[in-house]
Amino acid sequence: MDNIGVGSMPIVVLTGFFSGAVMALQMSRALATYGQVGKTGTLVSITLARELGPVLTAIMVAGRNSSGMASELGSMKVTEQIDAMRALGTDPVQKLVTPRLIATCVMLPLLVVIADFVGMFGGFIIASSFLGLTARQYWSSVWRALEWNDVTQGLLKPFIFAVVVSMIGCFYGLRTTGGTQGVGRATTQAVVAAIVLIFILDLLITKIFVFQAATG
Amino acid sequence: MSAATRPSVLRFEDVSVSFDGEPAVRNVSFEAFEADSRVILGAAGSGKTVLLKTAMGLVRPDSGRVFVFGEDITRLPEQRLFDIRSRIGMLFQESALFDSLTIEENVAYPLVNQRSIQCPPEQVLPRVEQALEFVELGETLEKFPDELSGGMRRRAAIARAVVTEPPLQMYDSPTAGLDPITAHTIMALLIKERDVSQATTLMVTHRYQDGNLMANFRYNSDKGSLEPARGGVRRELRTTFMVMNEGCLVFEGNQDQLESSKDTYVRKFFKPRV
Repeated sequence: MDNIGVGSMPIVVLTGFFSGAVMALQMSRALATYGQVGKTGTLVSITLARELGPVLTAIMVAGRNSSGMASELGSMKVTEQIDAMRALGTDPVQKLVTPRLIATCVMLPLLVVIADFVGMFGGFIIASSFLGLTARQYWSSVWRALEWNDVTQGLLKPFIFAVVVSMIGCFYGLRTTGGTQGVGRATTQAVVAAIVLIFILDLLITKIFVFQAATG
Repeated sequence: MSAATRPSVLRFEDVSVSFDGEPAVRNVSFEAFEADSRVILGAAGSGKTVLLKTAMGLVRPDSGRVFVFGEDITRLPEQRLFDIRSRIGMLFQESALFDSLTIEENVAYPLVNQRSIQCPPEQVLPRVEQALEFVELGETLEKFPDELSGGMRRRAAIARAVVTEPPLQMYDSPTAGLDPITAHTIMALLIKERDVSQATTLMVTHRYQDGNLMANFRYNSDKGSLEPARGGVRRELRTTFMVMNEGCLVFEGNQDQLESSKDTYVRKFFKPRV
């Protein structure tokens, strides 16, 4: 948990901050056309809570931890440590995969919450420095824009992405063959597969929520 | 005691193993009895390691059956295999020490994790120290594997393999990649362990001199060193040589039979006896 959660914090905070700031800058141009610059906080908060927070954080964690898991378990596999573990009475799935799955499922939603808030803060810095919005204007539009549906979506997605990130990393790690070259290959494959799956699942989950909102 | 009256420890019945359609072991049959020593020779890629892993249930055969301590392990579920494996000590080719654990934790691993061992917590450290003293590594408890030399890692792995005093011990290329002096030290330890514990021993190697030592030397506990086995105690009677070639068992017999073999592949392995 320390490695996945605390270890990923700097990159997640940086990503969140800059994506929030860039979002505020880009959206303000479009909103200025309609004289709605005051709605910058609304767009930043919805976009971050529903999409960018979960997806960007999951991609960062996939890049950092899926690769870490694949290379760690892959190295253990090619040096026969996995076989040794089985020979010495331990189930590698129980010993190596389960703790990583639990740690990722606990930490990724927390990281997303942090990334969302830092991103909104990044948006606030831009809004107050370059768009002439007051703190009250910005934060009240941020707060009013969010609904329970956004929060649910924003927390369900990272939970599912956490399963993808950890399982893909462990899966490619445990089926590594071919020495150090194989470890490198498994690491790359794990990151690519995890990121692709994150995008596909994001679309599916969003579709389900949009459909529910339309019918509900 | 003749082989017929000693219990069977390991039996292969027409076992074949393949990976992605490539055969690794083909129709291998043999039987090892209690207190037997078996030396498995073969070129790289001849199926020696796969044979050992199959004996341990780490690899499932495509056909044939494997019996360990009289129990058919061929289709046994992983959870039940753990009980069988707790009676087998295995030295892996590259030692396979857990690099994130200290030597003490590595050697304690089977005592702590194997359910059927049930070692009381207060006895773990004394048994670890005893096993490490046995391999003359008593001072390395707190060290990590990457702080040790190749030979020391191999000795620590031997300590881990024998700490539970298993009745079946399997060594995969114990001297591979080591200098002659360290290789001799490792062989002395394996022979010492075999003679002290009277365990059934399977040793995979591509070095005939390792098999020669196994067959013709014994551990003298009074002198604390190896000596030629003579005067009715020669181990050769219980040391069987097996030669693997491209997954097939092409020879099985004692040292005399091996050295008189006319097979050109088999003859590549041995040199005149010491």
